Formats: sequence, C-alpha cells, structure tokens
Amino acid sequence: MTTTMTASTPLLEARGLTRKFGGVVALDRLDLAIERNEILGLIGPNGSGKTTFFNVATGIYRADAGHITFDGVETTGATSRAIYRAGVSRTFQRSRLSLPLSIFDNVMIGNHKRLNQGLWFNLVRRRAFKREFETNYHAARTLIEVFEPQLAGRMFEPVAGLPMIDRRRIEICRALISQPKLLLLDEPSAGMTHEETTALMDDILQIRTLNKNLAIVIVEHEMGVIERITDRCAVLNFGRKIAEGPYRQVAADRQVQEAYLGVA
Amino acid sequence: MIAGEQHAKGALLPGVVAVALTTAYLIALLAVEKQPLIIGLLALAIAAVLAANWLGWLAPVSRSFADREEPLAGLAIAAAFAVAVFFHDDHFVLLLVCTVLLYTVATLGLNIQFGYAGVLNFAGASFFGIGAYTSAVFNAHTAVPHLLVLLIGGLIAALIGSLLLLPVLRTRGHYAALVTIAFALLLKTFLEVNDVLGGPQGLQVKGMKIFGWSFNDNIEIGKISLSFYWSYFVVSMLLLIGAFILVRRLERSWIGLNLDALRLDETAANCFGLDVARWKITAFTLGNFLIGMAGALFGMIGGFVAPNNYTFADSLLLVSILLLGGIGNPWGLVVATVIVVVVPEKLQTIQEYRFLLYALLVIMVLLFRPEGLLPRPVRRYFPGWRP
Repeated sequence: MTTTMTASTPLLEARGLTRKFGGVVALDRLDLAIERNEILGLIGPNGSGKTTFFNVATGIYRADAGHITFDGVETTGATSRAIYRAGVSRTFQRSRLSLPLSIFDNVMIGNHKRLNQGLWFNLVRRRAFKREFETNYHAARTLIEVFEPQLAGRMFEPVAGLPMIDRRRIEICRALISQPKLLLLDEPSAGMTHEETTALMDDILQIRTLNKNLAIVIVEHEMGVIERITDRCAVLNFGRKIAEGPYRQVAADRQVQEAYLGVA
Repeated sequence: MIAGEQHAKGALLPGVVAVALTTAYLIALLAVEKQPLIIGLLALAIAAVLAANWLGWLAPVSRSFADREEPLAGLAIAAAFAVAVFFHDDHFVLLLVCTVLLYTVATLGLNIQFGYAGVLNFAGASFFGIGAYTSAVFNAHTAVPHLLVLLIGGLIAALIGSLLLLPVLRTRGHYAALVTIAFALLLKTFLEVNDVLGGPQGLQVKGMKIFGWSFNDNIEIGKISLSFYWSYFVVSMLLLIGAFILVRRLERSWIGLNLDALRLDETAANCFGLDVARWKITAFTLGNFLIGMAGALFGMIGGFVAPNNYTFADSLLLVSILLLGGIGNPWGLVVATVIVVVVPEKLQTIQEYRFLLYALLVIMVLLFRPEGLLPRPVRRYFPGWRP
C-alpha cells in the first residue's frame, strides 16, 4: 500500500454484502462503513447478522454477494490470514483461547505476523530467537499490565485456571498485541457480571487513549455499555441496517424499537 | 503456586537422585533372570512410585527436570552408558537397549505429529519399516556411506509420507487417522506382493560400516571384549540425542506454539494468520523423517526386514507409548518406551499376552491419568529464564 488514504475514506466499507445459509439470509445487501479511529456499536436482536458480519469481514465465511474494502484495498473473498495481516483482529463470542497454554503463549498467537517463523531461525539460531522472545515478553507484559497488573506476574501459568474476566482480557490482549488498525469485539461482556463488564469497558477505553489509530467495532447486548463507550451505532435487523447514528438518536428510532420489542 | 515467576529455581539434587535410582533399578531388572524375582522387582517399582507420589517426592523431581534440564540430560546419557558398560558383552541386553533408544526416536517423531500438531498417525511402524527397507536396498546395491543411508531413510519416509499429505490436510480428526490406517494396510500388501523388495520373506540388511570398520564384529579392547552391539548403541544414542534436541527446540519456539495453536483451535489459529496447512505439513514431514531414520538404523541392527515386522499392531504400540508417557513430554516418552519394550522381554511369561497388557495399561492410564505418566508442563521457552 503506497498511497496514503485521505481521512475521508472509511477504514472498512461493506457494500451490498450478502450471506445466505440455506434459505436463511443472514446478511441482506448490507451497507456499512467503519470510520478511522471510531468506536462503532453494532446492535440488533439475536440472529440479526452481527456475528455473521464479523465472520464475513474476517474471512471465515465468504460473502455470496457484495464487496468489502479495508484500508482502501478490496478484501472480498480474502482469507482470514490475509485479513489479519492487513490489520484486522477480533475476539470471539464464545471465548476461543487455548486453555492448556500459558497467558504468554495465548497472547503470542495473536502476534503471529510479527514473529520470525523461519525453521532455521527457530531451531538453530537460538540466541537471536532469545532476543526476539525477550522483546515480545516485555511487549506482552506491558500490554497485559494495562488490563490487570496481577496477570502480568503470571505470564507462564495456563489460562485454564483463570476466571472469565481475565480470559476476556487475555483474548483482547491477543487481538491487540499485533497493533491492528481495526478491532472487532464480539460480545465481550457475555458470561460476566455487571461490575466485571464495567471494569472491562474501562480497560477498552484506556486502550483507546493509548492507541489513537485504533478503530473498534463492538457487538453488545448491554445497552449501558453501548451508550457509554461508542461514538456511533449501527442497528441490524434480518441482516439489514435499519438505523445508524449516535446511540441516543438510534435508541429513539421507531424502527429500532420495533425490532427490539417486536411492536407491530 | 503463587506468582509463577517468583518461585525458586528447582534444585538439582532430586533429579540426580531420581536418575541414579532409576539406573540402578534398570541394571538390576536387566541382570535378573529368574521369573519370580523379576515379578518381585516390577511390583517393587510400582509400589515405590506410588509411595513416592503419596509422599509428595515426585513434585521436586519434576521441578528439577523442568529447571535443570541440561545437566540432568547429560546425567541421563551417562546413565545409559553406565548400563551399556555394565552389560558390555551381553548381546541380548544391548540389543534391547538399542531398541529402546530407537523406539524413543520414533515416538519423538509421532510426538511432533500427534502431540503438537494433533495429526494422529497410525502408520508409525510403516514409516519405521520404510526406513529399514531403505537400508536394505541401499546397503545391498549402492556404496553410499551408511551414516548417509540413515539420512536417506528419513528422507524417503518423509517423501512417501507426503503422498498422504493431501488426504491428511483435507480430513480432520478421526478421518485423518483412518487415512493413515489405510496407508499402513496398503503398504504392507504392496511389500508382500512386490518381489523386488523380497515379497513376504523380506530382505537381508547388511550391517553398518563406517570408514571400513564393520559394526558386526565384536570389539576387543585389551582383554575386555565388547559386544558388537556396542557400536550400534553409540550411534543409536547419538541419533536419540539429536532427535531429543530437535524436538525440544521445536517445542520451545514459535513453531511449537503454532503447532499447539492449530491443534487446539484451527479457526482461531487461522484468524491470527497461521498457515494451518504449512505447519501440519512441517510437523508430519519432520515426524516421519525421525521415524524413518530410526527405522533405517534399526534395520541395520536387526539385519533383516520383512512386511510382517512392521504391522498395524506395531503402530498401535508406538501410539500407546505416546499415550502412556505423556503426550508432548519427551522425558515421558523415554520412561514409557523403557516400560513397553523392556518389561515384556524380561517377563517371558507374559510375552503371549503382551498386547492384552498394553491395552489394559493404556485404558488404565486414560482412566486414571489421562495426561500420561509424566504430563507435559506448560511451555517455558528458556527453562530457568527470569525476566
């Protein structure tokens, strides 16, 4: 990418995005733009296509129709690997950490593109490997300290023994360690108490103050969270965008209320 | 354990004591001939391990091995040499020791495939056999130096293994395992009907020769006579050391992390840029290479190779060593191989029933200690390293 993008182009832009599962249309000609540096809340009833959008945007599913561009480059049909390399990271609705592995290992999985993967380097050049290991240890530790200083002292303990909130923190660290341009958070508060959710959202806001170039899309059912941390919201229903704008404006929208409350 | 980083470095002594006791015990077990005595010794070992476990003496030993691996590995090598010196003119025991060493190399290969990458290979014995056939053909028809033949054995095993790559990559879990079973059966049938490779009778394998010095002659040093298996013992030991270092470095690198990541969650691994196919291929090929090298040397030691030596049952044996020892832990594999190879040889009364006993042993382990005798510890890239 040699051309510098003007501030006006969105970071990620989906046009006419469609994805069907058999007869179910999960995404129906969806148009959605994510601006640089914004926090966008993606809301909508269950089955409205939020997670499907994440899965198509990260290359897990292919779109049946439509286009996606990321950072000015077409990524429709690109593999998950290519999309990650371009700078998109995500967390999953149901935590997908590698439980037997240590905190450090799990964070390093997210840093794949910045680690030297050569056989010779890894097996033979152990001194050089050690230097890379130490640099990355400190990077991971610094990042985890932002979230929970206590975890930073337990880098080589298995994730399996940690409570849900710490696992979520590690999942977010795994997504952030490679310094992505776009972070997709899929229901980060699932399975957590209200207090834990509040603590986690403070952490996310803090990450934003550290990295001004990061855009975040968050799928969330807790409207308190959405109201507090998002700049803007997009509401999906049956795979289509039915409203867009600041939370207060969207929440007052009649169509949105109908979608959520089922008013005919 | 509070704050993992702060705990004191494990002491060397428990590891040293464990290695010394094990060596003394092994020498005793190998020296004894009377069946009741052997049964007594085996019962003693089981009782001792259970008691040590109950008294909490095993934890310091595993900490010792975790933090002081290098000196203890050196000691373990010295211990193996001590056993070989003690039985310097005993062909039977030395052959048994070589078998243990080479089976350990083969299971280290399986460990890369199954233990790290999660690719289950039920054709381990087939790749071992491919190595042995390579030795037979090359030693009979070419003048390639025999150490190089070992390397070629590994390469040919890896090459033939790559025929399986496509089905292994396209299938997952049980289905990939079925592909390897089918391959093992196909290979056996192919060897049986193929007259060039000796058919069902198999082939003779010429013994190893390095710089004109034949390994199949006994060695005379002054008045002491060493069994000709001594030279094979040394080469087997070197091969094991090489394989062990390779597996250790592999595990303690980003590649080891990649393999774990794709085994545990392929989708998540994909989302973080991992090339799943590339790393599965790397693990499968590297594993078969080690198995093939071990087989090539084993062929030269045994002097003979036939389709019936390397059957599906032998592949199961290799997998059971992996399950017994502790998937992913090379030290566990050493211990498990000793148990699985030595015990039936010494306990002649159970020879007929050995597969029944392996099956029972594996079921017991899966029920009561699913992570194996020596479970794999959390990865430390540089043991004893402190930030």
